[in-house]
Amino acid sequence: MAATMTRVVARGDAYIPPESERKLSLAFIAVGFAHLLVGVLLGLLQGLEHAGIDLYAYVPLIRHYYQGLSIHGVFNVLVFTTCFIGGFLMFVVGRGLERPLETAGLAWATFWLMAVGIVMVDYTLFTNQASVLFTSYAPLQAHPLYYLGLALVVVGTWLMLVITLRTTLAWRRENPGKKLPLIAFAANATLIMWTLASVGIAIEFVGFLIPWSLGWLPGVDPLLTRTLFWLTGHPIVYFWLLPAYISWYFMLPKQAGGKLFSESLARLAFLLFIPLSLPVGFHHQYLDPGVSEGYKAIHAFLTFAVFMPSAMTAFTVLASLEIGGRARGGKGLLGWVTRLPWNDPAVAAQLLAMVLFALGGVSGLINASYNMNLVVHNTLFVPGHFHLTVGSAVALTFMGVSYWLVPYLSGKKLFSPGLAKWQPWLWFVGMLIMSRGMSWMGILGAPRRTALGSAPYFMADWTMPAWMTAIGGLCLTISGIFFFITLFGTLLSKEKATEPQQVPLAEPVEDNGDKLPGWLDRFTPWVTATVIIVLITYGPSIVRMAGEYTVFPGLRPY
Amino acid sequence: MHIDRYERMWITLAGVLLIVFAVMLGFSSAVLGVRLPGLSDQLLPTTAAGPHDINQGWVRELAPGRYEVNMRARVWNFNPTEIRVPVGSTVTFYIHSEDIIHGFKIQDTTVSMMIIPGQVAKATYTFTKPGEYLFVCHEYCGAGHHFMSGRVIVEAL
Repeated sequence: MAATMTRVVARGDAYIPPESERKLSLAFIAVGFAHLLVGVLLGLLQGLEHAGIDLYAYVPLIRHYYQGLSIHGVFNVLVFTTCFIGGFLMFVVGRGLERPLETAGLAWATFWLMAVGIVMVDYTLFTNQASVLFTSYAPLQAHPLYYLGLALVVVGTWLMLVITLRTTLAWRRENPGKKLPLIAFAANATLIMWTLASVGIAIEFVGFLIPWSLGWLPGVDPLLTRTLFWLTGHPIVYFWLLPAYISWYFMLPKQAGGKLFSESLARLAFLLFIPLSLPVGFHHQYLDPGVSEGYKAIHAFLTFAVFMPSAMTAFTVLASLEIGGRARGGKGLLGWVTRLPWNDPAVAAQLLAMVLFALGGVSGLINASYNMNLVVHNTLFVPGHFHLTVGSAVALTFMGVSYWLVPYLSGKKLFSPGLAKWQPWLWFVGMLIMSRGMSWMGILGAPRRTALGSAPYFMADWTMPAWMTAIGGLCLTISGIFFFITLFGTLLSKEKATEPQQVPLAEPVEDNGDKLPGWLDRFTPWVTATVIIVLITYGPSIVRMAGEYTVFPGLRPY
Repeated sequence: MHIDRYERMWITLAGVLLIVFAVMLGFSSAVLGVRLPGLSDQLLPTTAAGPHDINQGWVRELAPGRYEVNMRARVWNFNPTEIRVPVGSTVTFYIHSEDIIHGFKIQDTTVSMMIIPGQVAKATYTFTKPGEYLFVCHEYCGAGHHFMSGRVIVEAL
């Protein structure tokens, strides 16, 4: 390890992380995108199924729609997101603090631990022993290795926080009195929020589902385990989103020739996500019997509150991009938009991701709207929403980031810039069509997570939106294939980059230096606030559910 | 901490908008009576006492125009699967699951809820238009989930 720990400095004072860390990030990113590839291909089958074209019989290993859907969900939002985020954040922390991680050895151990967990998850999913979908609601039961594998992945994310905190503390010792560099600060906030949030699923898996699936417990309480799931299940979306925000706030403005409009509000937004991400899970349980209407209303209100840091993000990020567009000669109210570097796929992907995210934010408010949720709950409106958020704001941004990050980390030339140029636009158009189809079908009452093509009750007015879902899905698949050719082509090619890639880091408009208030550079007060808010908003309900504990044996009807 | 004037306006506007939305939701719930499932009875439907076996589905008339439905959900059917009531009836559904989580959504109504083993889901709706109302399970419950459905037939007087 000693050799890789040395600080590599090239070209002036631009810090480049040691090779071992660059390889680590690439390994995470490659494993993540390999899973996304499978997930995207299975997504196409789902879209076609809704339009009445059932291709599952022709696909090896996949027995039916629900097995494919389980893989689609788990691969896309658990394996892909977590792996990409792991690779990205480990890079961001080292680059942000301009020092080696504490330690690269531990980071590699984390990678291998997660890889073992992922192989367990892959095995159970492909053998149809875990077709329980992403939510794995008990008493629907999966193979124990499925839960164990996911638990290892979560433990891996905790180790990432350990690495990040140790590296940050070492940096603080070396740089007394200085405020944390922005990207490192944001990476810390992201992992701290996630680690607090993951307590719910950790208790659910370790305390209930794992011993139950091994036969050590006769049964579990469906409502309590489900509530623990959503304690983690909503904040996890901010674990996916915040790394995209890191790029939007602190990197993309630089790529667009701009500057960060407001450093203090950027920091505040990340800090607000720590306490506000967690006490919102009941908005996934509005229609659950056994959860009081009062607590549902409190969670509804707090879900609106967590919209605020995203509203702040919209302003700051757009203002930062506007600085860039105007510096590049843009005039008038909106002329700066056309002057942004749309030709750069890394930029175009993220700008288009933002446009789709605006639509996703609106549909998210509808989902969160307490009794309005009665109309859309568990209909296709919901996937119509989250394909705009995690499927666009997050996934398309991660693709965009990869267009510069993978050449940077690997030192190789981007394999097919032509395909890369088309890819974000195809994703954008495909997503507009597919999401519109899904939302429309959902408003017409079509349930989500259902093999509608085989449902005896398929309604005539679902046909048109079902075809939109299929056609949009086809566009997305083609876009995905363009991306994967570019990504894996770059990784496998021997062609070195002619000029070294730079890490785009946006400067704040005015450097606040150390004038920032202390509470914008510390995490402890925000963590304390989070614990208090969660105890108030969840405590009484969980205590009551534990008191009314019921025991239901597992069932595997798939 | 300096905040740009326009940014301050934007944040205020977003906050005001969200408060307006919240007030409207409160209004629809408190005044219009659009309610969510809340704390429930466990395992046994409240009114199941009497001659009826709770594991059997049944429909009974409590008073003219007022009906009560006891429904059992399991993989992959509802019992009863067909419910007949005259138009104008107010029907209260009590639904429980005997195995895993299911859902219950009646198309073109506000009836939509999760059926969680151990809890009794309850919803009330007044059918003002005659016709056939499809209801479906809208929570994944295994390989035959998409077969799980039934109908409320609202008969014209």
